[in-house]
This record gives sequence, structure tokens and C-alpha cells, in this order.
Amino acid sequence: MSHAVVSGPKAAPPSPGPRRSLNSRSLPRWAPLGFAAVSVLLGVGISLAAGWESRVQWGLVSALLFVLVSYVVTSAVENRRQATDRLATSLVWVCFILAVIPLLSLIWVTVSRGVKALDGYFLTHSMAGVPGFEAGGGVYHAIVGTLEQVGLATLVSVPVGLLTAVYLVEYGKGALAKAVTFFVDVMTGIPSIVAGLFLLSIMLMFDLQPSGLMGALALAILMIPVVVRSTEEMLKLVPNELREASLALGVPKWRTIVKVVIPTALGGITTGVMLAIARIAGETAPIMLLVFGTQLINANPFDGAQSSLPFYIWEQYRVGSEASYDRAWAAALVLIAFVMILNLVARGIARWKAPQTGR
Amino acid sequence: MASTTPTDLTPPPTGPALDGGKSTGRLGDKIFIGLSRGSGILVLLIMASIAAFLTYRAVLGISKDEGNFLTTFDWNPAGDPPVFGIAVLLFGTVVSSIIAMVIAVPIAVGIALFISHYAPRRLAAPLAYVVDLLAAVPSIIYGIWGALFLVPYLEGLNLWLDQFFAWTYVFEKTEVGVARSLFTVGILLAIMILPIVTSVSREVFLQVPRMNEEAALALGATRWEVIRMSVLPFGRSGVISASMLGLGRALGETMAVATVLSPSFLISLHLLNPGGGTFAQNIAAKFDEADQLGRDALIASGLVLFILTLLVNGAARLIIARRKEYSGANA
Amino acid sequence: MAKRIDVSGLTAYYGSHKAIEDISMTVEPRSVTAFIGPSGCGKSTFLRTLNRMHEVTPGGRVEGKVMLDDENLYGSGVDPVTVRRTVGMVFQRPNPFPTMSIFDNVAAGLRLNGSYKKSELADVVERSLKGANLWNEVKDRLNKPGSGLSGGQQQRLCIARAIAVEPDVLLMDEPCSALDPISTLAIEDLIGELKERFTIVIVTHNMQQAARVSDRTAFFNLAAVGQPGRLIEIDDTERIFANPSVQATEDYISGRFG
Repeated sequence: MSHAVVSGPKAAPPSPGPRRSLNSRSLPRWAPLGFAAVSVLLGVGISLAAGWESRVQWGLVSALLFVLVSYVVTSAVENRRQATDRLATSLVWVCFILAVIPLLSLIWVTVSRGVKALDGYFLTHSMAGVPGFEAGGGVYHAIVGTLEQVGLATLVSVPVGLLTAVYLVEYGKGALAKAVTFFVDVMTGIPSIVAGLFLLSIMLMFDLQPSGLMGALALAILMIPVVVRSTEEMLKLVPNELREASLALGVPKWRTIVKVVIPTALGGITTGVMLAIARIAGETAPIMLLVFGTQLINANPFDGAQSSLPFYIWEQYRVGSEASYDRAWAAALVLIAFVMILNLVARGIARWKAPQTGR
Repeated sequence: MASTTPTDLTPPPTGPALDGGKSTGRLGDKIFIGLSRGSGILVLLIMASIAAFLTYRAVLGISKDEGNFLTTFDWNPAGDPPVFGIAVLLFGTVVSSIIAMVIAVPIAVGIALFISHYAPRRLAAPLAYVVDLLAAVPSIIYGIWGALFLVPYLEGLNLWLDQFFAWTYVFEKTEVGVARSLFTVGILLAIMILPIVTSVSREVFLQVPRMNEEAALALGATRWEVIRMSVLPFGRSGVISASMLGLGRALGETMAVATVLSPSFLISLHLLNPGGGTFAQNIAAKFDEADQLGRDALIASGLVLFILTLLVNGAARLIIARRKEYSGANA
Repeated sequence: MAKRIDVSGLTAYYGSHKAIEDISMTVEPRSVTAFIGPSGCGKSTFLRTLNRMHEVTPGGRVEGKVMLDDENLYGSGVDPVTVRRTVGMVFQRPNPFPTMSIFDNVAAGLRLNGSYKKSELADVVERSLKGANLWNEVKDRLNKPGSGLSGGQQQRLCIARAIAVEPDVLLMDEPCSALDPISTLAIEDLIGELKERFTIVIVTHNMQQAARVSDRTAFFNLAAVGQPGRLIEIDDTERIFANPSVQATEDYISGRFG
């Protein structure tokens, strides 16, 4: 039986069609590059001929041509399926390039224009006595404000967020836990300006004055759900065996959580908190409503208006002079650097701690 | 809490040792449960009071509105009589967010696929990293970049759209002026939500079980067919939730819109014309000059925005829950 | 129609790690060939080189020749997609498309290759499900998701999906390792029927299974840990189990190691 050499085909199926050879006509591997080169040339040619000025158009036309050329050529040389595959591939590449350009431009513009006004003086002085449209002044008061407000917000939201996450993972069952989970999700979606308006309405009710604290509380509302979510994820990663091992030794549950579960997940929790800090550090809207902004250094977050980095950028943008734009970019660079460093350190911690969380 | 240990070691002679150990543990447990449950309840309280306070101030404001809060095309709470309405803001918010979604979601899915399935492996990891970092760029920076850099660049595109697509009505530009239009705002919002939509979608695409993809491959599927047969169906609910997350951000985005848009209280479907407004942008723009009533009016518009984002988030959650049921047994 | 596989000098890598080295063998059409050997000896890797699935794994690459009748799978100008269409595969764990119905699962491969009339498609689906001995169990619920079936049924669904496109060769990578004994028996019976039409290669950890279903058996082994896997010998199944020519094979079969 095993040596029954090729006999006539058994009731050849009607559907799959004629058996194709494994070999099929195919384009060389460098074909996509060729397509890209041809379409960019064509795109530039067409754009020049039509006299369009905006590079955005040049790029769009070239991208469109690239997709078309690769589809047509592939379906002519190979077949429809390969052409569709190629179409998807080129679309995906085009998406990627289309998206990368503005994002890189954002970083490039911020850095190149930010370094103009950025120096030691800028970092160590406030705007006291500097008319907005003139050069000079600095961002020190805004840095102080940002650090204090973000610090306060962290002090409020980390304990609340951490404990809520512990409740959800370790204790939560039933209606309350479901409600909390749901509303944490909802809270994640609250626009920052709404959080600001909420505290504003409290301020109006109790006749409170603007201060760093008010801004910090609004930031805390934005931060709590982020901390809860990330901490929850991390606590869920802690293997149950660890909890059981500790409980089996007769350690009460709360001590198990404090001494075993949280330390195991600490790396991940720290990462989550730092990412959350990075997110709220760039919030402008609540500060605008609740902290008001000032040109002076106010190191007391509990009394009187303060500034903050994002608010400072907005303020300088609104002044609308060359000098104030320069300051806005420089402050943007400081803010981006702050956020990026937080992000990098946070992800560094995550990577460094990753093996220990026992995944 | 170290003082509990001696109690553990020397149980009261009347009871068995087990009870003594338990009760001290129970006290700690009780406090701890109380604290953590209290935090959970605090979250609920915060949400409830956000709704309550906003509603209260909003009612105060709206009761003094001499116009119709829903249909008035004006925002003048300081006038005599005070007149303000959200029609333009609602329109602008929804339209700019829709533009942002239409542009951002397909591109974000494309980038996510690029990172998860197309990019050379050495490129994929750093790319994913960069996208995650970009998600953290503060919105005010997108705002000044949009106003000082993107707007001039988009003028050519606007002219071009007007030239060739004026027949669509939407792309007909009837007013001269820089590109501080809802369309530009939509593009900027699209750029802003790209990273977040991308990174959530990418996570989902990477979770597609290897064996599902291999099943398609072994049938002789091309790369695109593998994606269509196994990756996209698996990732659909994830992409939906990512989009909703993006939509929520776009709806509530303040600073980027406030810097780019030149506001006006008109509703026009000529999207390239400068003008229009969004809830958040209007709050940022009108807050400085607002008196008591003005603030209440702004809070009222904020309440509408709050409800809008709640609806979007709720819808997203419903969709995801339903999807989960549908493909529940996909072990 | 079933084809002969002729492998010569095949070496496969994962990145810089050499997984299997210099394997040559012939697989006759319309027979069942079983691959046995200890874990990690490269039998699954080798199986996956037979339909170019190996190169799907990151870093996977292959040297050598695999002739399917008179065509080299690794020849230049050969499209791996066409290869996989010609050489079907069934995996260790049943993997029906979770979002597709039973019908769509079986029709999936056909739909990739052009448009079919509904009636044609229904014919092929019915024939394939019958061929996989699954028709009677699912004919009333063809529109239900495939993930609702039992493990054994899912695996037969995957077999139906693979044979629906009429491949020349059917590769099976431990198709029963995730199944209970009764489902296993059903699959083994099915393999006996399918070899009338296809060239079948099956990787198995279960030596009784190899003895029951296969005509020829190939034994793979590692020289040492970290060394690439090699083909030790291939022969008629009866010879391998009764009187192998290599000592290592006998040791393995009699349970002295592995």
C-alpha cells in the first residue's frame, strides 16, 4: 500500500481548480523600494507641475501613487491575492510614515525652538517685573508650582489608589467591588477640564480662593484611576502561591498583603505611579481654572495663586510676541524633558523589576 | 503593630490558642479592610459629588439663562439679559472629534499592525517604545505646535481641498482666513490620539494566539489574509475600546483646541472655514472674563461635556462586554 | 493527489542555534510516516520545514532541499504561500478560528483561493467534514462557532479544514496530544482512511500510536544536550519496533531513555 505509485487522480474535486506549480512569477525583493522611488519622483513631478506649495500635498500625492503603483504592478506580474497582500503592506507602511512625520516634527520643533531661550538664567528666575512681550525672565516659579502641585496630587492619590486597588484585587466581591471597578473606568475618561470645573464649583460653594492645593486636588482626581488600574494589574500578576504560602504560615491576611503581595509588585506599582505623574504634570486646564497663575514665585501651595509649567506655556503663547513664543518653547522643552525622564525611568524600573514579579 | 506578637505567644488561658491568634489578626484585618474598602467608597463618593456639584451649579446658571440653553447660538452670560447656549459647542465638539476619529483610527490600526506584524523585528520594539513615549507628550505642547507650526502648513492642503473637493460642500472654503478651522482641530486631535489608540491596539494584536495565526498560515494565507482571518477578528473589541479611549480624549481636549481654533459662535458645515467652538475650548477661552454667573454657565456646559464622555465610555464598555460574551469560549 | 517528499541535506536554524542537522529521507506517497524521538530532538521543527512554516518563527531559516515530486520547496521563485496551500498542516492543539462558524472554518482555505458558488462551497464543506468523520455530529449546527465543539471534534474540524483545499501532503504535529483516549482513537481511525488520498506525516510522542497508524517510522535524537537533532534511522514501522538497526532506537523504544 505504501508503495502504490502515483495512479490516476481520485475523483478530482471540482473546486480547487487546476493545480498550480509551486513556481510562480514574482517580483524581486527590492520591488517595494523601486515602487517608492518611482512614486516619490512622480509625486514631486506632478506637484511641481501643478505648482502646489505645501509639502503636505507632495507627500500625500506620493503616498497615494505608491499604493496605486504597487497594487497595479503586482496584480499584473503576480496575481490578485498577492496584489491585495501588497496593497495591505503598502497601506500599513504609508500609515506608519504619515504618522511618524508629524510626531517627529513635534519633537524636532520643540527641541530646536526650545533651546533658543533655555539657559541657566531661564531655569532659575521668575517672570517678576518682566513685561510679557520682552525677552528675559524665566520659568523658575512655574517649575516650583508644578513640582508642588504634582507632589501634593501624588500624596493624595497614591494611598487612595493603592488601597482601592488592594480592595479590588484582594477583598473585592459583590456589588460594591463591581461599582468601584465601573466607576474607576468612568473616572479614567473624565476630561481634565471637568475635574477642574468640579473643584471650581466647590470653590464657589465654600468661597475658597485659588491655590496650588485646589489644582493638586483636581490633578489627584485625574491620577487616582490611573494608579488604581496599573496597581490592580500588578497585584493580579502576583502568583497566588505566594499568598497561600504566607497564609499557610499563619500570617494574617493584611500582613500578607503588606509584607508579601505589595513588595512583590512594588516595581510595577512604582512604574504605574510614575507614568501617572508624567501624565498629570502636563495638565493645563485645571491649573488654569483653579491656580490662576502668577508671575511671581509662590512656594506655598496652600495660599494664593501659583504657576505651573503647562500653564506658563499657555500664558506665554497667549502673549503672542517673539520673545514670549521663545519662552513658551523653552518651557515646553523643560516640560517634555521632565515627562520623558519620568517615563524612561519608570519603564527602566519596570524592565529591571520585571523578572521578580514572577510572570 | 509589633505589640500584637506577645499576645499571639501568650494566649489567655481561658480560650484555646487558636482563638487568640485569630482575634489579633482579625483586628488588623478589620482595620485594613476598612481602609481599603473606604478608599473604594471614596472613589464612588468623588464620582457622585462631581455629578452633584456640577449639576447644582449648572442649574443655578441655566435658571438665569434668558435664551434656550440647548439651541442658542451665543455665549453672553454677562449681557443684559444673560444669554448663552451650547448648540455651537456641541456641534464643534462632535464634529472635530468625528474628524479626529475618521483620520486617526485607520492610521492607528495601520501603525499597530506595522509594529506587531510588518516592521522588521529590530525596528518594532524601539518603535513601540517611541509611540508609548509620544502618548505622554502634554496636550499644551501639541497645542502650540499645532498653532505655530501645523496651521501654516495646512493652508496649502486647505486650498487644495477647496480647489478639488468644493463640490462636497464640506470642503468648500467660503471665508478667507488662516486654517484655524474645525478641520485643522480635527487633524491635530487625530495626531494627539494616534499614540494612545496605537498602543492599545498593538497590545491586543500582539495577544492574538500564535496558533490562530498559524492555522491561517498553514492554509496558505498571505500575510494580509492571516491578519484578516485571525488578527482583526480577535482584536476587534480591543480596537473599539482603544478608539473610544481616543474619542474620550478628543471630546474633552482643552488646550490643543484653545490654541488652534479661532472661535466664533456659528455653526457651519464648511469645515475649512475658521470658526466654531468646543466645550472645553470655550471654557478655557471664556473663563478669565467670567463673573459668578459666567462661571456657572461654563460649569453647565462642562456638565454636558461630562455626560457626553460618560455616554461614550459607557457605550465602549457595553460593546466590549458583548464582544466578550460572543467570543467567550475562544480558549 | 498525493506526492512524494524527498528531503536531502536539510539543516534548520533558530537564529544562530542549529536545531536539526543534515537530514535526508524519502516519504512515499499515500503512506503514513511517523516521527518519534525524545522531546526537543527537532522532529516538530523538521515537520515544519516541510511546508515552510519553520521560517515563520522569528529567526527561523533552512538550508538544504525538500523535493515535492520534482519541485524544490526552497527553490528560488517558490512562494511559501503556495507551498502551504499544497502541504496542509494540523497542529498540536486544535485551533479553529474562534470567530468563525463551523462552516466558515472548513471553507476558510477555499475562500482564500478565489470565489466559489454557494452550492460548490457547501459540497466541498460537506465532503471534507465527512472525510474527517465529523459530518454527522455537526451537520445540524454548521452555523455555530467552531469553538463550541469538544476538543476531539475541534481537532477533526481542523483536519476537515486542512483537507478541504485538497493538499498533496498532510502534516500532523502531535495531533492527539491534547485529546482524551476516545477522541484519539477517532483521529487514528481517520488517519487510516486519509492515507488513501494523502501523503501523511505525523509527529507523535506516543509509540503505540506510531506503531498503530504508521507504515514507516523515523527516529530522531540528539547527540547531546545543545547539539542539533539528527535523524537516526527510518524504516518500515514493523522493523523499527521489532528489530531496529541502531542501538539508540531500541533503547528509546524499550523505554530505556527519553
